[in-house]
Amino acid sequence: MSLQEKDVAHIAKLARIKVNAEDLPHYTKELSGIMKWIEQLSEVNTDDVDAVATVTKHALPMREDVVSDGHIQQDVLRNAPKSEYGCFVVPKVIDQG
Amino acid sequence: MSELTQLTVAQTAKMIANKDISAREVTEQYLAEIKAKNEYLNAYITITEERALAQADASDARIAKGEGRALDGVPLAVKDLFCTKDVRTTACSKILGDFTPTYESTVTQNLLDAGCVTLGKTNLDEFAMGSANITSYYGDAKNPWGEKLGKDIVPGGSSGGSAAATAAHLCAASLGTDTGGSIRQPAAFCGVTGFKPTYGRCSRWGTIAFASSLDQAGPLTKNVEDAALIFQHMAGHDAKDSTSATHKVPDVSTALHQSVKGLRVGIPVEYRMDGMNAEVEAMWDKAATLLKEQGADVVPVSLQHTKYALPTYYIIAPAEASSNLARYDGVRYGERIVQQGDGIDDMYYHTRADGFGDEVKRRIMIGTYVLSAGYYDAYYLKAQRVRAKIIQDFNEAFEKVDVILTPTAPSAAFDIGQNIDDPVAMYLNDVFTVPASLAGLPGIALPAGLSKDGLPLGLQLLAQSFDEMTLFKAAHALENMLEFKRL
Repeated sequence: MSLQEKDVAHIAKLARIKVNAEDLPHYTKELSGIMKWIEQLSEVNTDDVDAVATVTKHALPMREDVVSDGHIQQDVLRNAPKSEYGCFVVPKVIDQG
Repeated sequence: MSELTQLTVAQTAKMIANKDISAREVTEQYLAEIKAKNEYLNAYITITEERALAQADASDARIAKGEGRALDGVPLAVKDLFCTKDVRTTACSKILGDFTPTYESTVTQNLLDAGCVTLGKTNLDEFAMGSANITSYYGDAKNPWGEKLGKDIVPGGSSGGSAAATAAHLCAASLGTDTGGSIRQPAAFCGVTGFKPTYGRCSRWGTIAFASSLDQAGPLTKNVEDAALIFQHMAGHDAKDSTSATHKVPDVSTALHQSVKGLRVGIPVEYRMDGMNAEVEAMWDKAATLLKEQGADVVPVSLQHTKYALPTYYIIAPAEASSNLARYDGVRYGERIVQQGDGIDDMYYHTRADGFGDEVKRRIMIGTYVLSAGYYDAYYLKAQRVRAKIIQDFNEAFEKVDVILTPTAPSAAFDIGQNIDDPVAMYLNDVFTVPASLAGLPGIALPAGLSKDGLPLGLQLLAQSFDEMTLFKAAHALENMLEFKRL
């Protein structure tokens, strides 16, 4: 199926990537080309198999529910673009609801 | 050129252990070579001279006390996708800025514990997404074989810097990661050995994630023996990675120097594609003949769903990437772009638009699309089912054969600037490597010979999951038959 510019604008919004209106035709063409190439998967009959999410055969391991580290606040904040009082600082969150 | 830097990992480790030479001298030689050659190759984007010399001195001190470790003093290059404590780690993306981890990845820690010296961090395609090392924020890495020919040639990708550094003797060996061919394809383009272990062999902890069900770390080396040595010291179970395998790591060095008499080698008929590069095909046929002459049983096998592997990969890998890369939001690390009056959502939009390059944005958007409401079943679930068919093909083939022999890449390395207009044309570089990635199989790329233009061509061997012993047995034997001359 071929993507429309409004579809790409919606995808960009879901992905939280700002795409300017003048760049939409370019992205639409490229993404449509890739999706068209991917369409060939519909030729494959997959009725007899289950979906595979991982090749890992073991069950995910369990561990004791105990604290394994701690006292690393400075490490955690070391790369923060902005921090104050031991917290990450972000722009104001305004409820637009 | 320094003779010391021509040595393999095995030779270097032995000379240092025997005190024929100090670890410091070896590291100094490599640092001098890097200074002389890296400006053109752009293989390293960060050189950690002081750290390397301190590590070398520590190796020498241990050896003086009779407490030498297996790889003491062996200088490595580390793909800048592995987190390294107190050393900037970028994934070659603008969005990570000067991110400096406060922890060390498990695989690099394992190698440091074995005594290795780390010379610096190597170039890659941004977030390991690419096959030519041309999407790095830190500029293109270049192929040393091209330099020899006076042409700007790609080193392959995504581990392009690691492959170029290994080929040009700017490290004894290097570390890469392989999601769809990112160790094996650049190894082929640069004429070095590249090994992707079975999925789960090497811990993913501390490795910047691209596609978690596919990502696997491995070495790029000057030969098969070195690949065995580095693998053995980087692999092993790690409780910090829930997909890490609990299987014991076999002593693969004991698989070397063995006869391939009676070894069953499969040639997948579907890999012989229409319009295939004649030189690549001839190289492949020659290797099959050589194996046959040594007593191997070379037989055709069928991997029916081969042509669907790439489109399957280009749903699954972007889907996982769109999820993994959601963490780059300007809150906790890396770049943050905030304009006057921006709310938090605006910060996400602007940070991600500015910080990610074109290829990464494309893949995040494809991944977002195939996971979005209304399309999940048609694309993502379908791809997961085709992945099951691809795995089934390999399982059936491995009932008949011990290893599978294929070319590594459809051509030799190409000029910088080629294959950039059409993303799908670039994706086709991984046509021979992606199927094994989807099945989680171990694969090794060997340099096999030169094209008429003087560029390396590679062959790939694949084995069943966790059967690295058979893979190394076949690879070492084939390496000896091919007699490839390194740079």
